[in-house]
Amino acid sequence: MARSGKTQTSKAAESGAEPQLRALHDRFTADRTYAASDDELLHFYEQMVLIRRFEERAGQLYGLGLIGGFCHLYIGQEAVAVGLQSALDPAKDSVITGYRDHGHMLAYGIDPKVIMAELTGRAAGISRGKGGSMHMFSVDHKFYGGHGIVGAQVSLGTGLAFAHKYREDGGVCVAYFGDGAANQGQVYESFNMAALWGLPVIYVIENNQYAMGTAVARSSAETHFHRRGTAFRIPGMQVNGMDVLEVRQAANVALDYVRAGNGPVLMELNTYRYRGHSMSDPAKYRTREEVQEVREHRDPIDHAKAELLKRGVAEERIKEIDKRIRQTVTESADFAESSPEPELAELHTDVLVESY
Amino acid sequence: MAVELKMPALSPTMEEGKLARWLVKEGDEVKAGDILAEIETDKATMEFEAVDEGKVGKLLVPEGTEGVKVGTVIALIGEDEGGAAAPVPAPAAPVLAPAPVATPAPVAAVPAAAPRNMATITVREALRDAMAEEMRRDGRVFVMGEEVAQYQGAYKVTQGLLDEFGPKRVIDTPITEYGFAGIGAGAAMGGLRPIIEFMTFNFAMQAVDHIINSAAKTNYMSGGQMRCPVVFRGPNGAASRVGAQHSQNFAPWYASVPGLVVIAPYDAADAKGLLKSAIRSEDPVVFLENELIYGRSFEIAEDGDTVVPIGKARVMREGSDVTIVSYSIGVGLALEAAETLAAEGISAEVIDLRTLRPLDKGAVLTSLAKTNRLVVAEEGWPVCSIASEIIAICMEEGFDHLDAPVLRVCDEDVPLPYAHNLEKAALIDAGRIVAAVKKVCYR
Repeated sequence: MARSGKTQTSKAAESGAEPQLRALHDRFTADRTYAASDDELLHFYEQMVLIRRFEERAGQLYGLGLIGGFCHLYIGQEAVAVGLQSALDPAKDSVITGYRDHGHMLAYGIDPKVIMAELTGRAAGISRGKGGSMHMFSVDHKFYGGHGIVGAQVSLGTGLAFAHKYREDGGVCVAYFGDGAANQGQVYESFNMAALWGLPVIYVIENNQYAMGTAVARSSAETHFHRRGTAFRIPGMQVNGMDVLEVRQAANVALDYVRAGNGPVLMELNTYRYRGHSMSDPAKYRTREEVQEVREHRDPIDHAKAELLKRGVAEERIKEIDKRIRQTVTESADFAESSPEPELAELHTDVLVESY
Repeated sequence: MAVELKMPALSPTMEEGKLARWLVKEGDEVKAGDILAEIETDKATMEFEAVDEGKVGKLLVPEGTEGVKVGTVIALIGEDEGGAAAPVPAPAAPVLAPAPVATPAPVAAVPAAAPRNMATITVREALRDAMAEEMRRDGRVFVMGEEVAQYQGAYKVTQGLLDEFGPKRVIDTPITEYGFAGIGAGAAMGGLRPIIEFMTFNFAMQAVDHIINSAAKTNYMSGGQMRCPVVFRGPNGAASRVGAQHSQNFAPWYASVPGLVVIAPYDAADAKGLLKSAIRSEDPVVFLENELIYGRSFEIAEDGDTVVPIGKARVMREGSDVTIVSYSIGVGLALEAAETLAAEGISAEVIDLRTLRPLDKGAVLTSLAKTNRLVVAEEGWPVCSIASEIIAICMEEGFDHLDAPVLRVCDEDVPLPYAHNLEKAALIDAGRIVAAVKKVCYR
């Protein structure tokens, strides 16, 4: 189902759901584009380029054998994490995601060095080398992982939202998951309880069109994922996840609604991953042309760059960012390669918090 | 001809109840469906209906009577009201009683006999008190599960908590174990102290992913920065006549997982003290209760801090000839066996493991060094069991002290059958422990 998000959007919103369930979508479609200042847009651009270059380098390090196991790259989906994270209040809001988590952490402003060092399994890694690509956390940033079991983060994120409400701290949890996870039963168990209890949670389905090798239309009876909350009276929004300003605009609408105490929102972000599901995926289930088509016409970074140039932002500023990011990523890779592995004593630490 | 009305069994494990109130009086005409009485079980107050029509004859058990055994004749219906029916002495009630598990002389409800500052409470009450005390102490603690609030707990363990703490902290969930186990784990990651009740641990199989993958592994995977201090609790093991899908001991499953604390208490003091420790722990805890013990009464210190440390076994009965290691309901059976053995001149030491992970190996090995013979008694399957683990520990670290092979006494290696006789044949009992002990003592 590699149709463009845009053509689907209006059609889907018009059909089906009751007015209140598409009220947010209507509010969003009335004005889809966030009015970013030039500096904001430059910042979004910089973050997206950071994720792109970081992931490209991670792919190279994997090829060199410096990164092991599973490694799921976020290339193509950058606008989703950047647009959404930019709308959050880092002092209050929490985030949780699945195993494709590098991009979200970078969008959070977490030091690329400690992320890359985790990928290479070093003591300086954010999980001290004991988590790896899929299991990274930063409680300081209210980033709760980094979970390897497809769909688990949806229940856990609902629990984080429960904690926000219990403590009355005004926070909202953003729980990211993919079109594949959207078919897990616990997702709907969570939707039910979140709606029943009015929990402050935004469910973000990153629809990158493929659950590993299975295209959306081959796995999902309802491919319009924003409608999946209808049975629980959760309003849905369908968003072009390849446009960072549209993502940000939608995020604002959703956050206003959830912060006002209205309970959960379900956002479907139509996006595309350029690389395989993981590093070991040859991606034979789609054509080269399909990927090329998205790269050439819908790339989120190109799109932001074109917008910057259209606004008359000097190309020099953009090149400066590109250069800076290359430097940052090179430094993080050097750090990750040269840092020592964990001490063997680390094998037995952190199993339990307390001693009994 | 008068028909005898007998005290009904109103739950699979009910052995006795309170005749709370008569709703008819002698001489009333009743028809089928009329409510005759209210009967309080350990779980709920139930209405007792007439199944036939007739005139109420003698009411043999006055209202307010506690501890009326299942099967006791409580009234007569029909003509014969001429006083022929003298008060029927309570029979031992074998008719309807569901496979009562032999109880090693439980403390009778006679407070006068108790020493000062000791109270007699049931395990059920002890668990409730532990939760209530910890909820008073720490605002982050809340209870979530099926029927924990308005229904007062499917097994009445959470009775009264809703009244005291309100719906914000005592939360009824839909029937959705995977979902609410995940919500509990997530809330713990987010800084709260959830107590997640499974109506029974059989249903936790639907949620086992969150118990293991989300709760147990988080601290390690995050290099120690993200904790998950959640308690998963509920009844575990065989209940009574509920068949294979509702009768399983999951202790060996959870005890095999690094990152979890696994507790399986026996008596009321441990149930309370260990649950309090579990709630205070920074680690995820699986707290395995047993439905058949909920209603048993034990002595417990009335006041003071009753926290019992995690990871410490205890000697329940000292002995010199042989050690019986057990936990949970098996401890009662081991004590019963020890009593029988004492009469035959064998002095058995009984160890209650209490915590199954981390396991108190030292306590087992110390006792083995003293007695040189050991039997493990476990209400659960034998294969890959806690018993297997204890035997491995004895082989690896206690070999030189062994005068006989270590034996395990477990349930039969079959799904638990329903039929009364087959169920009885499948489950561990004191007799089998006695036999195994004699074998290792070469007697």
